[in-house]
Amino acid sequence: MGAVVVGLSGFASIASSAEMTYKVGDRSSGYTYATKETQGIQDDDIANPAYVYVDDGEALWSKVDGKAGKSCASCHAVDSAMLSDVGTRYPVYNAKLGKLQSLEQKINQEREEKMGAKPYKWESGSMLAMTIYMRNQSKGKPMNVSIDGPVIPFFEAGKKFYDQKRGQLDMSCANCHVDNAGNRIRANLLTEGQSNGFPTYRLKWQKPGSIHRRFRGCNKQVRATPYGYGSDEYVNLELYLAWRGRGLSVETPAVRN
Amino acid sequence: MAKARVKAPKSVKKGEVFEVKTLISHKMETGLRKNKKTGKKIPRKIINKFSVTYGGKEVFGSDWHPAVSANPYVSFFVKASASGPMKFQWTEDGGAVTEKTVNIKVT
Amino acid sequence: MSVQFNTQNILRRDVLALAGTGVVAVSSIGLFAGDAMADPAAVAKAIKDRIGGKKSMAGNITLELPQIAENGNTVPIAVEVESPMSSSDYVKAVHIYAEGNPAPDVATFRFTPDSGRARVSTRMRMIKSQNIVAVAEMSNGKVHMVKNAVKVTIGGCGG
Repeated sequence: MGAVVVGLSGFASIASSAEMTYKVGDRSSGYTYATKETQGIQDDDIANPAYVYVDDGEALWSKVDGKAGKSCASCHAVDSAMLSDVGTRYPVYNAKLGKLQSLEQKINQEREEKMGAKPYKWESGSMLAMTIYMRNQSKGKPMNVSIDGPVIPFFEAGKKFYDQKRGQLDMSCANCHVDNAGNRIRANLLTEGQSNGFPTYRLKWQKPGSIHRRFRGCNKQVRATPYGYGSDEYVNLELYLAWRGRGLSVETPAVRN
Repeated sequence: MAKARVKAPKSVKKGEVFEVKTLISHKMETGLRKNKKTGKKIPRKIINKFSVTYGGKEVFGSDWHPAVSANPYVSFFVKASASGPMKFQWTEDGGAVTEKTVNIKVT
Repeated sequence: MSVQFNTQNILRRDVLALAGTGVVAVSSIGLFAGDAMADPAAVAKAIKDRIGGKKSMAGNITLELPQIAENGNTVPIAVEVESPMSSSDYVKAVHIYAEGNPAPDVATFRFTPDSGRARVSTRMRMIKSQNIVAVAEMSNGKVHMVKNAVKVTIGGCGG
């Protein structure tokens, strides 16, 4: 027990490197809050355990699956424009559904409708491999989601969720990630809670995880009942977070505590 | 077989000392954790040996204990002798082996 | 509405609200009641078993570890031993020990003259703040040793 640890941990905060933007305006990536050792794990694609998932995703891309006898590559070339900026754009409005779609939901829609293949479970190795591989193709590019036109009500809903107090601890996302970014809560250093590195390899998880997994953990930590993976609440929140990180480079797969 | 990734330079000069980086996906279950629901001990299952062969002999070897982190990363150095394969072997408790080979080109 | 944390308030609320969530790192790895933890004496004995009665010297060996670990389950560690790495004078092995872990042994790394450089990097688990010891055995029978302290903070609000 005892006092909150406030010691310096030797983290190296840098605004940008040759290809990456870690700080823009008043917004900072979680990378800038990590120790230099943790940054080193992220930056080395052998040391970064999530790169196994990049390999797996690349293999899945050309794997034929489902009744239609197709793979993703049958319609989407590996060097397509879609893949190069997909990590900067999601979640995206789907006119047919009349709401936002996360990348996971889009992948499953394509699998079912175009490939006749079974959907992937949200936190499965296959889904993580696909989303990590796809978002990694946009690594270095600035986060740039649309918050205009049909997405406006969903963006507003995400923003409202972010500012809303919840749980037994009666706290909102903003209480930690806006009011106290840079302060410590017990031994953890609070970041801005940016999403630009997700799915992220968290040292705590010892594996990569989706941002919805992180949302569920955060909600449980303030003793609130978490929403489901792929719930409207979390997809809307995902859009708001992506907007909060506008201009920061996609870092997928990032490494964080 | 577990998934492993290895990085070595594409080509090296004879006598050059070069760095090799390796990673294997593995939980490295320590044997100290308990199943939260049943209270039963989760049995130990780690990679306990990592060996690198080059030029027909072991150039680097290691014994691992449960204190080695999950998804073990090891980087080490090798002196370039002749072109040929460099073989990596990870051995798990119980004997299962994961192998990977890269070709080292020496000019 | 902005909320500034009064750190003392958070501690009180934490204790009340999070007591059941197993935030403390030690309990989360499921140590059994009565488990013996390694201590400096256990490490000293493990080293003695390894190198016999030889006297170890300081110098020639460096340990690279963070002063404070971001997470005790993944602490990057590097060891380097100065040596010509020739067939007549090279580093045979480096052994890593932890003074405060449930068991003292971490890893042994074996080198050969074909290694070219006696340097190895890896990542280790540390259950709490403790000293890490590295012991190098040379081909000429000499032994070098170095010890570093690493702080590991326990828990927070990780989610």
